[in-house]
Amino acid sequence: MARWFETHLPKIVLAPSFIAVLIFVYGFIGWTAWVSLTRSKLLPKYEIVGFIQYDRLFASPRWDTAMTNLYIFGGMFIVISMVLGLILAILLDQQIRVEGAIRTIYLYPMALSMIVTGTAWKWILNPGLGVQAMVQGWGFENFKFDWLVNPDMAIYTIVLAAIWQSSGFVMALFLAGLRSVDTEIIRAAQIDGIPTWRVYTAIIIPSMAPIFLSAFIVLAHLAIKSFDLVIALTGGGPGYATDLPATYMYAMAFSRGDVGQAASSAMIMMLVIFIIVVPYLYSELRAKND
Amino acid sequence: MKHTAFAAISAIALTAAGVAVAEPQAEVLHWWTSGGEAKSVAVLQKEFADNGGTWTDMPVAGGGGDAAMTALRARVLSGNAPTAVQLKGPAIQEWYEEGVLADISSVAEAEGWADVLPEQIAEHMKCEGAWCAAPVNVHRVDWIWANKDVLEANGIEMPTTWDEFNAAAEKLQAAGIIPLAHGGQAWQDATVFETVVLGLGGPEFFQQALVDLDPEALTSDTMVAVFDQMRTLRGYVDDNFSGRDWNLATAMVMNGEAAFQIMGDWAKGEFLAAGKVPGEDFLCGSTPGEGFLYNVDSFAMFDVKGDDKKAGQDLLAELIVGPSFQEVFNLNKGSIPVRTDVALDKFDDCAHLSSEDMTASAEGGALLPSYAHGMALRGAQAGAITDVVTAHFNSDMSSADAVQMLADGVANSM
Repeated sequence: MARWFETHLPKIVLAPSFIAVLIFVYGFIGWTAWVSLTRSKLLPKYEIVGFIQYDRLFASPRWDTAMTNLYIFGGMFIVISMVLGLILAILLDQQIRVEGAIRTIYLYPMALSMIVTGTAWKWILNPGLGVQAMVQGWGFENFKFDWLVNPDMAIYTIVLAAIWQSSGFVMALFLAGLRSVDTEIIRAAQIDGIPTWRVYTAIIIPSMAPIFLSAFIVLAHLAIKSFDLVIALTGGGPGYATDLPATYMYAMAFSRGDVGQAASSAMIMMLVIFIIVVPYLYSELRAKND
Repeated sequence: MKHTAFAAISAIALTAAGVAVAEPQAEVLHWWTSGGEAKSVAVLQKEFADNGGTWTDMPVAGGGGDAAMTALRARVLSGNAPTAVQLKGPAIQEWYEEGVLADISSVAEAEGWADVLPEQIAEHMKCEGAWCAAPVNVHRVDWIWANKDVLEANGIEMPTTWDEFNAAAEKLQAAGIIPLAHGGQAWQDATVFETVVLGLGGPEFFQQALVDLDPEALTSDTMVAVFDQMRTLRGYVDDNFSGRDWNLATAMVMNGEAAFQIMGDWAKGEFLAAGKVPGEDFLCGSTPGEGFLYNVDSFAMFDVKGDDKKAGQDLLAELIVGPSFQEVFNLNKGSIPVRTDVALDKFDDCAHLSSEDMTASAEGGALLPSYAHGMALRGAQAGAITDVVTAHFNSDMSSADAVQMLADGVANSM
């Protein structure tokens, strides 16, 4: 009996969380998929009518805007955060003084919630209160920085705030990566007289490939599920110029009583995440089997 | 679970003690949580308690009622609906179609609601002929508020046509005053839009376009002209308007920074709270053109089980439409009573104007539901229109494109 218990203990301990994940994650994904095929309005209905919600979704100009914004926001957020994080990490890696303090300063924005970040940047970027008013107050009357209220530029304010928040975190990831590179190889390269920048581009960065991948996955899912930052910073406006898929889904499900439409947009969001994550999982699993 | 058991035991105990009549119970879901609104609900709560009822308050703040609707959905799906819920417009019928509303016709008939409520408004309270909701108040949406000193200093009268408004705005702009205080939030854009539709198209056009969603009206030249006027109005708004809350816009009119604001009569509450006097410090008038857009708050009655809850529901419905509550509540809230037989002695001039216009419009067929405040259309259709209005107002989209998008958006939302 005791032996049986010992061998099965891990399974017994894991079972509740496994069942919970099965129901609350995969079960509800399935439920959402089902609802997205119905004509659900205020309350979910279960009669399947086909892909009508997806037709409506793709015919909606607001959804187009949301997806375009996702590409702009996601692309710029991921690329700039990673580049900035890498540069900061390399600079910090030069055995400078008070590294610990500087590292904390850069990492600190991560400790704020997106709502706080969004509200603070809303005030900083508000033309009547923030940077524009300040510089104009210095006497530069023609200075203009009205991205927040300009529908063509507003999405970039969200990129700006998100990068401010996340690049410190990316820096920490890369710093850990830099430190894990074998110092013997670097010393050998230095003895051979190879310039420092070549050491970075040819040895250190390539050996950090897994860190790049982790950073990319973390940033990508942050980008796709972004919601609170938009709500706090622009409220989706001006107009719906800064709508993202997550805010679109919220509007449909909770403000407009259009549950079927919300479910179909949620499914598309999940599909986008799959497209990014599945190759990652595939490469991970293959690496383990090798 | 424990709670239910306890309630059951105490119910048995009460019955044993010889209490024959069920004590009225009501659980009320609402989102009136800010200053004046909370005070208004407290009035109802007190009246309910004075009549021997037990009130369970369920305020859910946030998102202009979105949070409350989410709570409601969860309660209905779990088969435990609240007694009464703050709901309005076609949302009442939408919930009725889900089969969860109660019939309160017995109260309505005993109290003679049909005789004291304007016919158009009474229709909103009925589900397939049976009464299922109780109206609380009438907010007028098509108000234009003005700073009296600013108008006098520039020699401007309250405008009665949109051309007059435009001329006044040009003059104000030249004098360095912001003509129109406006907050760039979708619902505020929609509020201005519907007053322009009413002003330029008239009541009949409003009915066709924003109530019946007639595609011909939506793509008509009149609608193009409406969007042209919206573009003109965009020029009268300051550059910093995006995301501004409506009460901040009202404050701009109060302190003379701006001259006009187009907003429902909840804006009057802001003026009064700041100690301003109608007619002396600020002016109220209907937006250019004829007609009256109403926004009626109401409580929908949900199907509940148990005599105590049903008794509570009936009592609640009776009190809500009762004359004393109608007067006290609306004095607090800035709206006017929905009953036409309540004396308006204690109300201010703006409320009198509102009441007179309501009666006149009801006779002339110009008493219309506000689309921007969820009285005319269901969420999906109203949302589709608002998307176009706000996208047009906040970009350089042409009026012709906007009209086409409007027709497509409405068709897609069905």
